[in-house]
Amino acid sequence: MENAFGQPQNVVVFGGSSDIARAITKKLCAARAHTVILAGRNQALLDVAAIEAQEYGATKTDTVLFDAVEPANAARTVADAFEKVGDQIDLVVISVGLLGDQKADEDDAVAAARLITVNVTWPVAALAEIRRRLVAQGSGRILVMSSAAAIRIRPNAYLYSGAKAGLDQLCVGLAQSLEGTGVKLQLLRPAVVRTKMTVGVAEPPFTTGANEVAENVMRGLASNDLVIWSPPVLRYVFFLVRHLPTPIWRELADR
Amino acid sequence: MKATAPGVSGGDIVGLRPEPALETNNHRSEEPTPAEARLLRGWGRTAPTTAHVVAPRGPDEVAALLGVFDARGQGAGPDGHTGRGGVIPRGLGRSYGDAAQSAGGVVVDTRNLGRIGQIDPESGDVEVDAGVSLDALLRVGLQSGWFIPVSPGTRQVTVGGAIAADVHGKNHHVDGSFASHVLSMRLVTPIGAFTLSPTRDPDLFWATMGAMGLTGVVTSLTLQMLPIETNQMLVDTERFSDLESVMEAMVVGDAGYRYSLAWVDTMARGARRGRAILTRGSHAKHADVERVSLKGPRTRSLSVPFVAPRGCVNRWSVRTFDEFWYRSASRHEVGEAQSLAAYFHPLDTVGHWNRLYGPRGFVQYHFCVPDNASASVVEVIERLAESRLTSFLAVLKRFGPGNPAPLSFPLAGWTLSFDLPVGSPSLPGVLDDLDGLVATAKGRVYFAKDARLSAHHMGLMYPRLDEFLQIKSRIDPKDQLTSDLARRLGLVGK
Repeated sequence: MENAFGQPQNVVVFGGSSDIARAITKKLCAARAHTVILAGRNQALLDVAAIEAQEYGATKTDTVLFDAVEPANAARTVADAFEKVGDQIDLVVISVGLLGDQKADEDDAVAAARLITVNVTWPVAALAEIRRRLVAQGSGRILVMSSAAAIRIRPNAYLYSGAKAGLDQLCVGLAQSLEGTGVKLQLLRPAVVRTKMTVGVAEPPFTTGANEVAENVMRGLASNDLVIWSPPVLRYVFFLVRHLPTPIWRELADR
Repeated sequence: MKATAPGVSGGDIVGLRPEPALETNNHRSEEPTPAEARLLRGWGRTAPTTAHVVAPRGPDEVAALLGVFDARGQGAGPDGHTGRGGVIPRGLGRSYGDAAQSAGGVVVDTRNLGRIGQIDPESGDVEVDAGVSLDALLRVGLQSGWFIPVSPGTRQVTVGGAIAADVHGKNHHVDGSFASHVLSMRLVTPIGAFTLSPTRDPDLFWATMGAMGLTGVVTSLTLQMLPIETNQMLVDTERFSDLESVMEAMVVGDAGYRYSLAWVDTMARGARRGRAILTRGSHAKHADVERVSLKGPRTRSLSVPFVAPRGCVNRWSVRTFDEFWYRSASRHEVGEAQSLAAYFHPLDTVGHWNRLYGPRGFVQYHFCVPDNASASVVEVIERLAESRLTSFLAVLKRFGPGNPAPLSFPLAGWTLSFDLPVGSPSLPGVLDDLDGLVATAKGRVYFAKDARLSAHHMGLMYPRLDEFLQIKSRIDPKDQLTSDLARRLGLVGK
């Protein structure tokens, strides 16, 4: 069971070897998490993340392999991971994503479709199964990795930010539909995070490390706020950014 | 209706004898009691979960519920719902955390079990159903001069809940906890119903005290009431400018009063750190008051109508309240007459006061430490002041000796409790550190208030847990009785 501060005991992480997911998992284990199931597409990286979770206090870890380019596997992957917990699930983290290469992908039908599949279709398929199981359980929390980029689409990265926008808005509706079920959904909207996914990306303002994101997640779990911003000041920054006239936004975003 | 669940023979248990049949003088119906999926939370309004709530109309329905549950296997609820939620009783929902809820399980709402028997005019014994509130019992008792033997901070708890938490009041140093006044009780378990007393199946009797409903559903009990002559209290009030002096006054003088409690300002720092107001009292006798009355407390008229916005309970508002509270108390007043409600249940005058803490809710930290660890109490107050957390209404009291119950909270020494709004990022860590301090001092945290203790610290604080689990496994071999609290703290076998 999670406690009054939203600190879970049994955790499932999809995209468990990503740098942000690993930072979050470490903090969860240092608090109350004892069972951690990590799902991802690279067994070696998952094993490293599992050992790391144990070092931070997890007593039971396991891994599940899947590839998010294939949404047909989503329900089975969720079922596998949940069964490996063997108990009630307190927190499900969906940290599945693909940054892609805008310049290469924007004129490539297959690559553009793959970006949407990994960032939207697979997570949405998985959420359907997660929702069903958690509602039947009467409790649980879902944390979905969105992005601050989902709030105002950058013209020079519209595939990634547009995909995140789709997932983000869908999850806002899903979160509201869960009212009264005992299940909660929260969205994580970080600014650019220094990770292996963003190596080579120029650092815009508000860029943080993965640990800072994880810290904001821990606060966010206690707050029950629908959106967890990282850094928290983005809540106000994006209130302004959202309302900027388009010409000014293009100037700023494409710089 | 047979009380024994199908497929379980009474021979499985050692030293315990389930009774073959229940009295069936309660309301009986061919229709099963309907189950309703409801979102349940504790008084602190944190961590709500959904369960299937059933409100049985008599002990036979309680037994049937546990029986049906058993026949369908682990987690099968009354409407065929499956999960791992188990069964747990719930009264008026005044536990602060997750004790009376069970995600995906069946929650037995006891409030339909509401009969109050005749109070024996000689002994003060009364048989009451488990869903009767202390408020209702108090009102009935006062008419013939009987008072509830233990008064926790609110009258809005059921007598069944009072057993589950083994509640205590301002008189613990003299009268012990609620368990000391329970002469016998009926307990429905997954293997059948029992009549228990300190001499009849004492192991199960004591295991049930303070076990937060994890040994079964209490359906009725016989309680010994306390004779009183008036509805007035004679109260002595003293103000102290620091913690050490109020603690000394309590050690020296508490024995002279039936009731004693100190309110401590945890936000004041510097020279005024730990300033306190000590109120001690006894029931007024005929000769003490001009007009003898046995009228019950007024029903409350004030209520917080909706959940307040975030941050209403903050450092500024609490400091202002503390200052007002401290200054409005008498420096030294002897023998002031106060009503029962004003003395015992001041918070009951405002309904739904928990809503003031806003949508994130609040937690209460309520611990006790043995007498030789009084320095720990001082250290907790110091750490709290240093942490700059907002903390409210700290209550300090001395406990008399504990009882034989393996999970009962009180032990001889000191107990301190305070409320904290959820929201400060440092709060979880500060409380985890306090757990370490309390566990080292061989103290413990109170399950009825807890919403965030770790299983590790719980094990250190309740060293007789294994003894409890052994007794539980005899009457609940399939681990059907469980709750969110039990899962969080590892109070149920894996």
